[in-house]
Amino acid sequence: MNEGLRTPGGGRIDRSRALRFSFDGRAYSGFAGDTLASALLASGVHLMGRSFKYHRPRGALAAGAEEPNALVAVRRDAARYTPNLRATQVELYEGLEAHSQNRWPSLAFDVGAVNDLFAPFLPAGFYYKTFMWPRGAWQTLYEPRIRAAAGLGRSPTLADPDRYAARYAHCDVLVVGGGPAGLASATAAASAGARVILCDEQNELGGSLLADAPGAGLGVDGRPAGQWLAETVAALTSNTRVTLLIRTTAFGYFPHNLLGLNERLTDHLAEPRPDMPRERQWQVRAREVVLAAGALERPLVFPGNDRPGIMLAGAARTWLNRYGVLPGTRAVVVTACDEAYDAALELQDAGVFVAAIAELRTGAGGAEAAKARAAGIPVLPRATVLGTGGRRRVNSISLAQLDDAGEPLAAETQPCDLVLMSGGFTPSVHLHSQSRGRLVWDAALQAFLPGDPAERVRSAGACRGVFGLAAALADGAAAGAAAAREATAPGRTGVRPSGPFPATPAPANGSTAAPGFVGVLPRPARGRGRAFVDWQNDVTASDLELALREGFRSIEHVKRYTTTGMATDQGKTSNLNALGIVSRTLGKPIPEVGLTTFRMPYTPVSFGSFAGPARGELLDPVRTTPMHEWARAHGAVFEDVGLWKRARYFPRGGEDMHAAVGRECRAVRGGCGLFDASTLGKIEVVGRDAVLFLERLYVNAWASLAVGRARYGILLRDDGFIYDDGVVARVSARSFHVTTTTGGAPRVLAMMEDYLQTEWPDLEVWLTSTTEQWAVIAVQGPDARAVLSGLVDIDISASAMPHMGVAPGYICGVPMRLFRVSFTGELGFEVNVPADFGSAVWRGIYEAGEAHGITPYGTETMHVLRAEKGYIIVGQDTDGTITPDDAGLSWALGKNKPDFVGKRSLARPALVSPDRRQLVGLMTNDPRTVLEEGAQVMANAGARPPTRAIGHVTSSYYSSVLGRSIAMGLIARGRARVGETLYVAADRGDIPVKVASPVFYDPEGKRLHA
Amino acid sequence: MLLIECPYCGERPEPEFQYGGQAHVARPRDPAAVSTQEWADYLYRRDNTRGVHAERWRHTHGCGRFFNALRDTRTDHFLATYRVGEEPPAPVPPVLR
Repeated sequence: MNEGLRTPGGGRIDRSRALRFSFDGRAYSGFAGDTLASALLASGVHLMGRSFKYHRPRGALAAGAEEPNALVAVRRDAARYTPNLRATQVELYEGLEAHSQNRWPSLAFDVGAVNDLFAPFLPAGFYYKTFMWPRGAWQTLYEPRIRAAAGLGRSPTLADPDRYAARYAHCDVLVVGGGPAGLASATAAASAGARVILCDEQNELGGSLLADAPGAGLGVDGRPAGQWLAETVAALTSNTRVTLLIRTTAFGYFPHNLLGLNERLTDHLAEPRPDMPRERQWQVRAREVVLAAGALERPLVFPGNDRPGIMLAGAARTWLNRYGVLPGTRAVVVTACDEAYDAALELQDAGVFVAAIAELRTGAGGAEAAKARAAGIPVLPRATVLGTGGRRRVNSISLAQLDDAGEPLAAETQPCDLVLMSGGFTPSVHLHSQSRGRLVWDAALQAFLPGDPAERVRSAGACRGVFGLAAALADGAAAGAAAAREATAPGRTGVRPSGPFPATPAPANGSTAAPGFVGVLPRPARGRGRAFVDWQNDVTASDLELALREGFRSIEHVKRYTTTGMATDQGKTSNLNALGIVSRTLGKPIPEVGLTTFRMPYTPVSFGSFAGPARGELLDPVRTTPMHEWARAHGAVFEDVGLWKRARYFPRGGEDMHAAVGRECRAVRGGCGLFDASTLGKIEVVGRDAVLFLERLYVNAWASLAVGRARYGILLRDDGFIYDDGVVARVSARSFHVTTTTGGAPRVLAMMEDYLQTEWPDLEVWLTSTTEQWAVIAVQGPDARAVLSGLVDIDISASAMPHMGVAPGYICGVPMRLFRVSFTGELGFEVNVPADFGSAVWRGIYEAGEAHGITPYGTETMHVLRAEKGYIIVGQDTDGTITPDDAGLSWALGKNKPDFVGKRSLARPALVSPDRRQLVGLMTNDPRTVLEEGAQVMANAGARPPTRAIGHVTSSYYSSVLGRSIAMGLIARGRARVGETLYVAADRGDIPVKVASPVFYDPEGKRLHA
Repeated sequence: MLLIECPYCGERPEPEFQYGGQAHVARPRDPAAVSTQEWADYLYRRDNTRGVHAERWRHTHGCGRFFNALRDTRTDHFLATYRVGEEPPAPVPPVLR
């Protein structure tokens, strides 16, 4: 550490605790309470980063969250590597390892800085103009190169090992910002009896007071400001109605007063406890919100304003007073506001030589200037900056006064290693804007201020243009008291606002607001050096002027073309100056130019914080069937179907899927297979009007369905397209057991409820989801009856229980609903038993079936078996644009029904067109060729784009039973094309296919009725 | 995340609800009697209101009931929620101009 750069005492650092850290591999040391930036400055290091586009050397412009330049990566280990942190916010800890970004091979010597020499060729939008041809080179050459040369930090390469917590909270008043206005607000609200949460992004409460010199004479109620701060924080801390959150950024404002807070818990610790979450994301629903976000100092736009050592005047005060760091030895101040004079005088007191104050305002000569002159600092009124010198640190500044025409007079060059600038203060209206509140332009203040709110929110203090400690405290207290009154008013229930939104009261007296300077400083037409507006995105005043010359007028377009105000920075330091330049160039006042939208997050938030605990196994719930453990124990390979885990196949002795599925298929067709169908959606439809309800909803005729019988039902939407299908059984005169597809159960129930509640509320029907109440065991194959007959207490012979019969009974001593149904084309039963008995009954059936070679099979085999029979799967062979006739299912339509959902649509001209796609079978010439599902089908061989497909393949498998591949497809006028040859597009040339019936196996259905 | 006042259960957060599209779009009593154009309008044509919009919500993860709401699409604020079959309350003037 360079001892000469620390003040002898003072500041909020703990000089008894020295901390070692490294930056780009070099060892440094600082003190507890330092940030990385303050410790580097104390070590004489100003060069902290390279700029985004031109790789220009950059130092810390600001001292807080608005810092656009000093972006660093902090590394704890290979997995814990966080890029793009602002060095001004990184708290120092013992052993901290930080790295600069966007430079190679080193920060001091960066090859990419050659971009700076080519700057004349890299203006705004250069990549739109330059990298046009050849077209293919954009992806392969230009974009990767540009991305490598321009950019921010790199991502860590390993999975994030840290834990992130989530918390929901409610409060009467949420106060954002722990500066004077926020603390006064929280104090007033809490003493009025409100439950208060106050959050602040810094490691300490106090806001702007933290940058004040000790005993700076800013008294509060007769107490020094520092004492008031300590006592106020102590009182809030001990108040049980108040929750104080430090290191917590309110990053987003969402509808109905929901705010997202990001609390950082361990990043400042040298050795975080392993059981601590790294961050906690709060979702706070507040009845009333007080925004006390303060204001951000505005930089000045002049040539060469980006060299290390050029910084905001307020930042220099922070380095000096909060961290005890001298940011330079010989300073020049450029200002358009009074606050910078305080910085000049405080620095001079601390031993910095202040060579000059360049005052931009014409009428300079007020009390502040007089004080400076009295202290021996020359004040140059009506000045401008023509340029600066120095490579990795500023070493000179060229100042000039303006003549009466506003033209610069002769320049005077001042040697210096520190330039302070201040263009005034921009109220931080980010969160108010995010809440969709209006912003109004205040001409006197030259700032956008919060206007009519769209939520129950108030702004207080500097963020609404009320400056000066006394005024901010009064404003904060008034806002806090008003918010508490509204939040706890009698009759106020819930968060949702019932009355009008808070009015904006006039600011209290005594605000010291002043307009400052907006835009680019006066400069000669052929000046040298670039004047930066947006440090983070390397946007200069000339870039903005160029965009306007090229015809961009909307501020939203200018923003996107030049990238000003974009990315992680969201224009904190740049927005207003950019607007000023656009306004001046277009000759339109700023409020007419408009303002771009402030987007969340206010500062970047880690992905882990959003994911919270919802990672890995906790990402989604997992649904398993009662037979899941049996399947797992028998080697099942599972697949995800929605949230369900379903057994896909049961490989034996090293079989691959192809072999296992072939064996399982042959077992079902040749003997007996066992299948877990529990995931099928099940809805019990009960009531006096149950039949009428199903008549109106499904396409089928239900009135004629006898008790103890089932039917294949099709459900359309009112647009006429297939929505779901499944077997519907009549259990009694007034009750039906409806099954749906596995994925369709919730949406079918929702649709049923919709029609029942809103279209036919007169019907007396109750709907109950029973998906999880029934375990369903499908026993399929020629031996199915033989397997089951010894286990059930009812007659299941072909005459007593024909195909589509349904009967109650007992199996293995357990009550069951037995369906004789088949999705395989074989003789089959589906045994429904209460879910708790599913596993036992499954095992009972399996043991009884062993004599018949019973074979468990999975979803893949189920798919092949149903495709051999031409049975559709909704969502695979249909896609939301398929009518029953398209799918070859018009036989199911109740011909004599006056109406059902979707019926009217089936008569629309487009839905009766003969050119519609119809489901057909597709047979390859080579029986071993299995088509690709989704492949396009063409009428002619060798058709090349642009051409029109006449259909596509929906299902395709190898059928080991048939000894050949089979496929189904939706083909325009498909049924009229049976026997035709079509061509399926494939990587290795078109594959000829013959159009056929989609029923490949047992077309007469003899096996089904066995 | 919105806060929605279910007329049966009270104020609940948005994840408990499902949006149900524009309200007061009645299915024709006799679909066979309406023209293709009228039927297409019923199926597909919806308002795209900038201002107060009458819409359906279902308290799926609560009472399961459908209900209607008046929401200002500019601010996302609900002016009223009411039960199926009830007339919408006289449109409250929007809070914001």
